[in-house]
Parts: sequence; C-alpha cells; structure tokens
Amino acid sequence: MTGEPVLPQASDGPAPRPATPAPSLGRRMVRHYLSRVLFVVAMGLVLAFFALPMLWLVTAPFDADPSLTVGWPDWTLANFARIAENRYALGSLRNSLILGLGTMALVLTLGSLAAYALSRVRIPGRDGLLYALLLLSSIVTGTAAMVPTFQLITQIGLINTQIGVILVLAGGVLPTVIFILKDFMDSIPKSYEESARLYGASPLQILTHVVVPTARPGLAFVAVWTVVQVWGNFLVPFLLLRTPESQPAAVLMYTFYTEGGQPDLRLLSAFSLVFSVPVIAMYFLVNRRYGFRFHGGIKS
Amino acid sequence: MSAIDAAAGPRPRRSPGRRRRADDVAGLGRLRAGGFVAPALALIGLFLVFPAVWTIYLGMTNYRLTGLAAANPEFVGLDNFASALTDDAFWHSLWLTLIFVLVSGVIGQTLLGFSIAWALRHVRGWAKSVIETLVLAAWVVPASVASFLWLALLDRRTGTLNALLGTEGTAWLIEYPMVSIIVFNVWVGTAFSMLLFSSALAAVPPSQLESARMVGAGSWQQLRDVVLPNIRGHILTNTLLITLWTFNTFTPYLLTAGGPRDESAILAVYIYTTAIPGGQLGMGAAISLIMLLINLVIALGYLRVARAASGGSR
Repeated sequence: MTGEPVLPQASDGPAPRPATPAPSLGRRMVRHYLSRVLFVVAMGLVLAFFALPMLWLVTAPFDADPSLTVGWPDWTLANFARIAENRYALGSLRNSLILGLGTMALVLTLGSLAAYALSRVRIPGRDGLLYALLLLSSIVTGTAAMVPTFQLITQIGLINTQIGVILVLAGGVLPTVIFILKDFMDSIPKSYEESARLYGASPLQILTHVVVPTARPGLAFVAVWTVVQVWGNFLVPFLLLRTPESQPAAVLMYTFYTEGGQPDLRLLSAFSLVFSVPVIAMYFLVNRRYGFRFHGGIKS
Repeated sequence: MSAIDAAAGPRPRRSPGRRRRADDVAGLGRLRAGGFVAPALALIGLFLVFPAVWTIYLGMTNYRLTGLAAANPEFVGLDNFASALTDDAFWHSLWLTLIFVLVSGVIGQTLLGFSIAWALRHVRGWAKSVIETLVLAAWVVPASVASFLWLALLDRRTGTLNALLGTEGTAWLIEYPMVSIIVFNVWVGTAFSMLLFSSALAAVPPSQLESARMVGAGSWQQLRDVVLPNIRGHILTNTLLITLWTFNTFTPYLLTAGGPRDESAILAVYIYTTAIPGGQLGMGAAISLIMLLINLVIALGYLRVARAASGGSR
C-alpha cells in the first residue's frame, strides 16, 4: 500500500465520500474492541434465534421422557420404535415417498422432453411461452387456487387419491422445472448431437443417449429439488387427501397433536426427526455438489 | 415413431428434414418439437391454467360444499365480490396480510438475511458454517416439523421460551398471535435472503471497496456508497420474491389456525376457512381471485426487474 492513493475506477457507483478526520489512536482502539464485542453478541443472538427451536428436534427424539422443554436427554432409542407401533406413521412415510417419487418421475419425463424441444427448436412464440410459464408458476399458487383445485379433483374423481395429488403438484412445479432444464440443455454443445445424427440416430435416441447423460447434473438437481418440494408440501395433500391411510407424513404429523388434545411427544419427536432427515440430507448434498442457484427461487 | 409421439395425438407425419432449420441440430422439426412440449403443456394447462380461469367463474356462483347450492350452484354475478369488499372480516384479513408481508418478509427476512450475509462476509471457518447451516436447516425442514418446533418452543406450560424468559404461563400464540407468526416466518424464510445477498456481496468489485477505504470511508459509508448501489438489482429481486412467497404462505395456519378469533387469519388462511370448513366455495373463489390479481401485479413487477437486469448493462 505505498505510493499515491488509487483513483476510483470508472464505474456506475457514486464516488466515495471525502475522508473524515482520523480519530485519535486510543479512541480507535476502543471503537475497534467495542465493535468486535457487539459483533460477537449480535452473532450469538442470531445463533440462539435459529438454534433454539431446532434444539428440540435433536434432543427430544432421544429422550426417554421428552417434554416440550429443551433439556439434556435421558438417552434412549426407544422412541423410534413407536413409529412402527403407530397405525398410520410408517404408511404416511410411504405415502410421502410415493408422492415425492411419483411427482419427480412425471416432472422429469415431461420436463426434459419439453425443455429439450424448447432449447433446440425455435417454436413460434417460444419466448412468449416461457415468459407466460414463469408468470403463471408464480401467480397460481396452491393457496390462491385451492378452491378450483379442490373442485377439479373432486369432479374428475381423483379426490383422496395419490395420483390426484401428484398431478396437481406436478402441474405446479413443471414450469420451474422446464426453466431450469432448458438452462442446462442450452449449455450442451450442439456438436454432440450433430455427430450422433451423422451416425443416423433418431431424435429420441439422441435425447436418451446423448442429451440425458450430458444433462445429468441438471436432471439430478431437478429430481432432488422436486422431491424436497413435495416432501414438505402441506396444503395440497391436506386439501385433497381426507383419510389418515392416504395422507403423507406432512399432513399426518399435524393430526398427531390435534386429535387427542395431548400430543404424543415420544412419537412426535422421533417421527419429526425421521421425516426431516432425508430432506435435509438431500438438500445439503445438492447444495454441496451443484451449489445454490437462483432459478426464480429454489423453494417456494 | 415413439410412445411420446403417439401420446401427443395423431397428426400427419412429415419428413423431419423438410422444415429443419439451421439451429435444429437434432433434426427434431417443429412438429415433433411441439409433440415433445405438448404433454407438459397439457398438464400445466389442466392443473395450473384451468384452476386460475375457473376461479373467475366459481367466484361468480354461490357454490357451496354441501346443501342445495352444492348440487345446483347459481350464477350470482359480482355478488361475492361485492359482499367480500363490504365485509369487515375480509379487510381485516387483508390488513393482517399486509402487516405480515411487510414486517416478516420485507423487513424481517430481508434485513436479517442481509445482516447475516454482511456480517459473515469476511468470516471463515466453523463460526460461519455453523450459522449458515442453522439458518439453512430452518428453511429446509418441512413446514409441519418447523411449526411443531415452534409450538413446542412457545408452549404455555412447558415451552422452552417461557422457561428461559421466566414468563411462566404466557400463551404466546393466543396473546400475541401476529407477533408469533411473524417471528416464525422470519425464522423459516431468512435463508433465501442470506444466500442471495452472500452471493451478491461476493460480486461487488473489490477495487471499488478498496478505493473507498483509501479515501477513508468507514464500514457504514462503504455500505451506503459502494455496496448498496452495486446490489440494487438483487435487493429488488429479493424483495419481490419474498413478498410473493410471504403473501402466499399457508404455514402460519399450522401455528394458530388463524385464531384466536381470526386475529392471525392472513388471506391464505382466510380463504381456506371460508371455503373448506366454512363450505362457501364460491365466496372463497372470489377472494382467491383477488389474491391472484395481487400475485399478478407482484409477479409482473418481478419479471420486469428480471428482464431489465438480463437485458440491460448488467
């Protein structure tokens, strides 16, 4: 840092303000330490705010007699056995899995076909279509469209079925999925397909043998993202699935503590943990491998 | 040619090469490309576009979940809108939603998310990753679990918060329902702003910060004169997305169910209680339409910003 001060470089930001007179050394030291202390206190408060509710999730499941108060657990794994004892608990996890994987399969198939075509062929009105899709997916949400969705699914006889929920969820996430996948497919070099065509591959063969393997990171990202979305979704299955046998974990969990009045804390705590772990693990895995991307928002 | 083509419906086959364009390297052709897009569009059309359009019609009927009006709904025109717009409960709910979006989303999540990103921008090591992981975990945990964690925290008799503060017997969810769902929503949603601003701050040109430091600008001056102008686009994007999501979230229902006495019935919850337990589907649809229109305005604003950002100098 010798020589003349560097002149501000040409930029659109406003010029820095003129220097203020430097305070004495002692006051600077005090201010420095004061700001360090304030910083640590503030970070401590943030940490406490985010950690406090979470502590219950990591201690109560292992506590032989959990209460709502967070405390050092009296270690046991017996609470997890209660999940198997409950009539609906395991079934609801299976339902969550069906909804998650079913939506994922549907969305990946339809989404990659559409994204590929939109990426490679100039269909008339393509940009307008993409614009409309983006707009639609953000304004028609489960909350705003709950009445017609409920009516529609009732009318076509899919109320209380997993397939009804899968269709509604898939319709909701497809626009975003097409967007993300189109981005990935745009980045695949066209020379790959050209050489495949030289060897006489059909468009569908090119898609399955060239494009899909190359776009695998994108497909994996979308797959996990979809499962995370569906796994935590409460409103759509809450509206469309009316019996405890058919409800996924997100909805069934809620009935654990409203029905009897007294919540079954041993079951509830263990179940919450089992239900949360897959989604947390998947999210951090994707975040680590592919990084966080802003495709109009990762979680709605 | 393929199952997908067949599923898209019969149409005349054409040699794929005839209308191929220079950029169509896969030899897909417009028609087949249309066939690839059609199934996805059909699904979106049926489960996203159609409900939105049907809301307009449903909102003009006296549709009910049960009883006579369930079998033979009558067309009532704009009656539902008129009665919604003259109903105090609707305006109350809209007002609560405004407070909820403004305080928990625009102010709470944005400010806290930015502050964390700003505070941690030079921090490395375990402290940073612990805080970031916790904030992210709150965001990723399924909504049902998150709301139960808060029910446990805020419980009247044995909740951790009362034990910590020594406020034995305070029923937070009943005495302060709006404050509770606002703080809860800040806890759930701050991660997005934190992540967005972390990456925005990392992209601020170091040379500009350097120059500012050279001429003696303090942190506050650097923030105001260098950083904020640089991340203006990100702030706008973040605000619009947060507004949209907070406006549409249903999760507070799991904490307070809109109660006590509708004191925390934000619009999403109000529509649900009107339409499903209340059975007034037509009325619920009318309010939904108002919600869709508000969503449309926010989303159009967002797309405008996003377009300007990608098409402009940025």
